[in-house]
Amino acid sequence: MPIQYYIYLCLALFSIGIIGVLTRRNAIVVFMCIELMLNAVNLLLVAFSKMHHGAALAIDSTTKAGIDGQLFVFFIMVVAAAEVSVGLAIIVMMYRNTHSVDINFLNRLKN
Amino acid sequence: MSKLVYLVPLFPLLGFLINGLGRKSLSKTMVGIVGSGAILASFIVSLCIFFDVKEHGATVVNLFSFIRTESFSIPFAFQVDQLSSVFLLIITGIGFLIHLYSSAYMHEEPNEHFGRFFAYLNLFVFSMLLLVLGANYVIMFIGWEGVGLCSYLLIGFWFKNDNYNYAAKKAFVMNRIGDLGFLLAVFWLLFKLGTVTYGDVFANVAQLSTFDITAITMLLFVGAMGKSAQLPLYTWLPDAMAGPTPVSALIHAATMVTAGIYMIARSNILYTLAPATQTVIAVVGLATAIFAATIALKQNDIKKVLAYSTVSQLGYMFLGLGVGAYTGAVFHVMTHAFFKALLFLGAGSVIHAMHHEQDIRKMGGLKKYMPVTHITFLLACLAIAGIPPFSGFFSKDEILMAAYGKNPLYYYIGLGGALMTAFYMFRLYTMTFLGNFRGTHEQQHHLHESPSAMTIPLIVLAILSVAGGWIGIPDVMIEHGHQLEHFLAPVFAESAKLAEHHHLEASTEYMFMGVSTVAIIIVIILAVNAYRKYQDNGAENTGLGKVLENKWYIDELYDAVIVNPLNALAGFLKNVVEKSGIDGVVNGVGRLVGYGSRQLRLLQSGQVGNYILVMVLAMVVFVLIWFNDQTIMDFLSKIF
Repeated sequence: MPIQYYIYLCLALFSIGIIGVLTRRNAIVVFMCIELMLNAVNLLLVAFSKMHHGAALAIDSTTKAGIDGQLFVFFIMVVAAAEVSVGLAIIVMMYRNTHSVDINFLNRLKN
Repeated sequence: MSKLVYLVPLFPLLGFLINGLGRKSLSKTMVGIVGSGAILASFIVSLCIFFDVKEHGATVVNLFSFIRTESFSIPFAFQVDQLSSVFLLIITGIGFLIHLYSSAYMHEEPNEHFGRFFAYLNLFVFSMLLLVLGANYVIMFIGWEGVGLCSYLLIGFWFKNDNYNYAAKKAFVMNRIGDLGFLLAVFWLLFKLGTVTYGDVFANVAQLSTFDITAITMLLFVGAMGKSAQLPLYTWLPDAMAGPTPVSALIHAATMVTAGIYMIARSNILYTLAPATQTVIAVVGLATAIFAATIALKQNDIKKVLAYSTVSQLGYMFLGLGVGAYTGAVFHVMTHAFFKALLFLGAGSVIHAMHHEQDIRKMGGLKKYMPVTHITFLLACLAIAGIPPFSGFFSKDEILMAAYGKNPLYYYIGLGGALMTAFYMFRLYTMTFLGNFRGTHEQQHHLHESPSAMTIPLIVLAILSVAGGWIGIPDVMIEHGHQLEHFLAPVFAESAKLAEHHHLEASTEYMFMGVSTVAIIIVIILAVNAYRKYQDNGAENTGLGKVLENKWYIDELYDAVIVNPLNALAGFLKNVVEKSGIDGVVNGVGRLVGYGSRQLRLLQSGQVGNYILVMVLAMVVFVLIWFNDQTIMDFLSKIF
């Protein structure tokens, strides 16, 4: 499949994520949008990695170039999972304190 | 022996450190022993060096490299020759007597200040020795600045009195004006010749154009004007009387004011090659001699009279330098050191006995209370007046004879100054020691001769004042009588070759001596007669007398012409430029930052959404900036 399709998909996902972060006030939705952006970038990484590997194979059938990028994506997913647990914990704490998950209530640091 | 020359300045330096650091813990006796002992040790080494030089001639002792660059190097070296060894003897010898005297004179000071005083004195002597010993103009300049600093510290020794502090500042500032000239001359030499070492400069003097030599010598002379108190920079010296009397003796006799004479005598070849500068020096010296003598005629403070007489005698020395009588000038430095130290120490003895009364109108008749002081003071007066066979006669005569050879007018004016000298010195002597006592009863009750630590230096100096001139008896009287000239001849040899010689007939010379001596004796008799029965009737001086009493209003003139305009300019800078200009800029920057911060603060709205929006916008901007690259644009256009 041509690389362009991956890029279009990633751009779409990333833009949805940004718009979601900017427009929504529900902390959980904002959080999900952030995850969306993260995964868009992750997807782009694995796509480029595959493309790079394919290009290298055409020159030398035994090459391993580009494989490490595909491996790396797994690490990112693991770290993202850990981050999600921390983020959700923060949201739970926020709900306990303000009885709301609206991010506009989180302006107390200002004063 | 000459290798040990570094010991000469080392002893006073050690004395300075010990007394300066231990001034709180050392006893007065200990401080006195350390301070005087250091100078005595230097004197002994100086004596050895003197005889060594007499035997083996001059050397340069290289200690270490002081400044070295690619284009020039300035070694820290000492010049041990006839001229510097004579000065070493004067400085350490008279310096020692003054230290000894101070240990008694300053005994009433508290322990700590006593130590401070001796530390300063030692530092003063150290600086002067450095000045004299340095083998190049830079080392000389170190000493030159050192004596300036020490004079400031010592004149302002009683720093609780604002007038004294003012006098100290005045001395410092006046000296700084001269120092600038000196410094410029050193740079000029360095620029033209690439060296400041005496030997190299004098050997390569032919490379300099006449203009360069004249400019350099004039600038050096400006330095000498400041240090040696010549017109127009002399006003600090009379004010320097604010310091304790031994300091006055040290400044006026052994150190400081002789620095200018030494420097010109040292650079004699340069000056011989610059006749224009020589004329300026002779005229300035003569003018100073006369001018200061007229002021001294009407002063009533015992130390002020002596101060103006110093300025006047320095004028004679410069006259000698200006007419090429370098030996005569150095000779007069020496004899003047003897009798002026004696006069100041005698005056100190009188002031000590009178409980810090310095006004000669309130003295009189001290002859019977203070016999030693009286006799020694009288001898010093005879010496400074120039009565044969006292020392002042020979040196002054030599200078005036040389002046006559150059221009008879110099001689007649100089003789007039000498007559005035005789008059004011015997006015001082008569008002102080003859007649009736005019002070209070309490003062009369306490009158006493000073302790032996003060009288012994007086006696030694009196012997020197009487006999000191006998090493320079003119050749017309005794064949080869002028031993000093023969001793110093190597230093002035080059100049002597270049200079034209005037030889007066022996009979002419005898006639001048006779006439001047008779005239001086007549003036002395006049002065003694006029003031023997002096009574303070409170009458104000009028006319010229008032002008002279007020020192020709020179201080007022300087205030009006220089000090006040400078103060006005400083006031303008302070009130207008500083307040509205510089302060405005500084405060403006502060206000700008404050205003900017208040505006920027509005960005912190507390709305997380806003922050994220700003963040995203910033990221877009960065992406646009960074990705504004041809290869990436190509890549993107290939994709889309």
